Amino acid sequence: MTATVPAASPLNRLKASGAQQKLLAFASLIVLLIFFSIASENFLQTSNIIAILQATSVNGVLAIAATLVIITGGIDLSVGTLMTFTAVVSGVVLTFWGMALPFGILAAIGMGAFCGLISGTLIARMKIPPFIATLGMMLILKGLSLVISGTKPIYFNDTPSYPELSTGSLVGKLIPALPLPNGVLILFLLALFISWVLNRTVLGRYTFALGSNEEAVRLSGVNTDGWKIAIYALAGGICGIAGLLISSRLNSAQPALGLGYELDAIAAVVIGGTSLAGGRGSILGTIIGALIMSVLLNGLRILSVAQEWQTVVTGLIIIAAVYADMLRRRRAG
Amino acid sequence: MLNRRTLMGALAAGTLLASSTLAFAQDKIYIPMISKGFQHQFWQAVKAGADKAAAELGVEVTFEGPDTEAQVDRQIDMLSAALAKKPAAIGFAALDSQAAIPLLKQAQEAGIPVIAFDSGVDSDIPAATASTDNLAAAALAADKMAELIGGAGKVALVVHDQTSRTGIDRRDGFVNQIAAKYPDIEIVDIQYGAGDQLQSTEIAKAILTAHPDLKGMFGANEGSAIGVLNAKKESGRSDLIVIGYDSGAAQKAAIIEGSMNGAITQNPVGIGYETVKAAVAASKGEAVEKNIDTGFFYYDKTNIDAPEIAAVLYD
Repeated sequence: MTATVPAASPLNRLKASGAQQKLLAFASLIVLLIFFSIASENFLQTSNIIAILQATSVNGVLAIAATLVIITGGIDLSVGTLMTFTAVVSGVVLTFWGMALPFGILAAIGMGAFCGLISGTLIARMKIPPFIATLGMMLILKGLSLVISGTKPIYFNDTPSYPELSTGSLVGKLIPALPLPNGVLILFLLALFISWVLNRTVLGRYTFALGSNEEAVRLSGVNTDGWKIAIYALAGGICGIAGLLISSRLNSAQPALGLGYELDAIAAVVIGGTSLAGGRGSILGTIIGALIMSVLLNGLRILSVAQEWQTVVTGLIIIAAVYADMLRRRRAG
Repeated sequence: MLNRRTLMGALAAGTLLASSTLAFAQDKIYIPMISKGFQHQFWQAVKAGADKAAAELGVEVTFEGPDTEAQVDRQIDMLSAALAKKPAAIGFAALDSQAAIPLLKQAQEAGIPVIAFDSGVDSDIPAATASTDNLAAAALAADKMAELIGGAGKVALVVHDQTSRTGIDRRDGFVNQIAAKYPDIEIVDIQYGAGDQLQSTEIAKAILTAHPDLKGMFGANEGSAIGVLNAKKESGRSDLIVIGYDSGAAQKAAIIEGSMNGAITQNPVGIGYETVKAAVAASKGEAVEKNIDTGFFYYDKTNIDAPEIAAVLYD
């Protein structure tokens, strides 16, 4: 059937651009939304939609960080505990040292980038496989979070504006009918920015190039190690933003949290059509993937589906999403 | 094509299913319970108590909790989904009191009564709190430990964590009681195993290796206690006195065969039952007792089959 369609048709161009997986994911998201709206009158309320978006904000930001690393053909298992670690750092700066809010923000993002720099150095310069290097970092950061915080949550009661970072609403001040939390706004702005970086900058071009054929890039005289380290550092800085979001939402840095969050982030990336083999992926897809996960979970909860089945359904969706992507690719290839 | 058809079919079937459960749910009082956990046998026992009360009172109860007790944000998401369902009342076991306050305020504004269970919330929003006095329960464990080791010697603790209320209270309850009443007993080590059986086993073995003259060990929850038991078995230290916490099939079997000397049991079934009962009463605007003490017991080989003990133990 496709043979009769002229090569330049919009449909073919769509296929060639790889946008189809994003469309498929987006369509699944819409189907889920319609389904849950029909199934329960309580689903489609402004407050619940905002709750879903807010539940997506942290995982979405982590998934953006994971997307960058996965496009280079690597993996970052430390995003969850790095988030926790930066939250604790922010707690130390703001609560233990009593410094002003901007310093807390800078410290969290800076420390995130620094840890990313270490991971990147381990991987690029010392040639430790990404899985191992970031597994090590994951454990180191989990431990350090507990050590630095004295194993207790650090509360931000001395910085009353701190919760505003993620739960306040700048949009709501401008448009009172739309009390979109700042955390969600930050997620969307960050997604736009990183999309721009990936598609319009040299760093973005090398991110894809490293994932498709690192050797070719190296042979053409590019400092691949340097670029790789830069990407891991950028991903680390993004984890710092996630740390700020989660700790401001909870008004506390919870040192024991974070393990397992890397898998949710990776799941969102994969549902969004980014290939674990590297070289291909998009931020838009990842955001849709993260939204699918939280819509699904929220909807199943609203329908009072037993918790054990919620987990089963989430697993099925991940497999189905990746399989659909493979089918499409085989047909296209 | 096939994809779309299957999808539509699934959608239709799902809608039917959902609308039928919805119709079923509408004429009943609905009470979601947001717990600290889900997979642990303890929480399953709380759920059993809640289900029992639901059946007796003719209300609908759902029970949810995050995978680990560290996932404070996941619990908040669950609470927020539960509120969206406009329930008659909510049962809530806070992982972190402070983090949940904004949502609890939201519940209060919507006129949804909140019943705290298992541990309290640092706020006056909950209409009632159904929980165990963990400090007193762990102090009783300390008394029993002192009695069993003859009032002198070295003991150690394996606790599930150092951040949760129950972890802190059980540790402090035990340690303070020893410090206050038993000057000849020395607590040589306190380690944390996340309530994970394997991790707790390794920790307990390390403590036994470091202190060959250790007389007794206290495991502060089900997973920690099983860990201590495994370590005792693997290190061949059959003379070690072991006191556990909570029940579960493995702990009960160990007490019957004698490798564990005794354990503290809370009343998880009672916690679930009393929470739902209070929630139903509060949703109807009836007065409820502010602090519902759900009680605890010490059980060993001699009383494990006694009716009042058997009723609160779970497998």
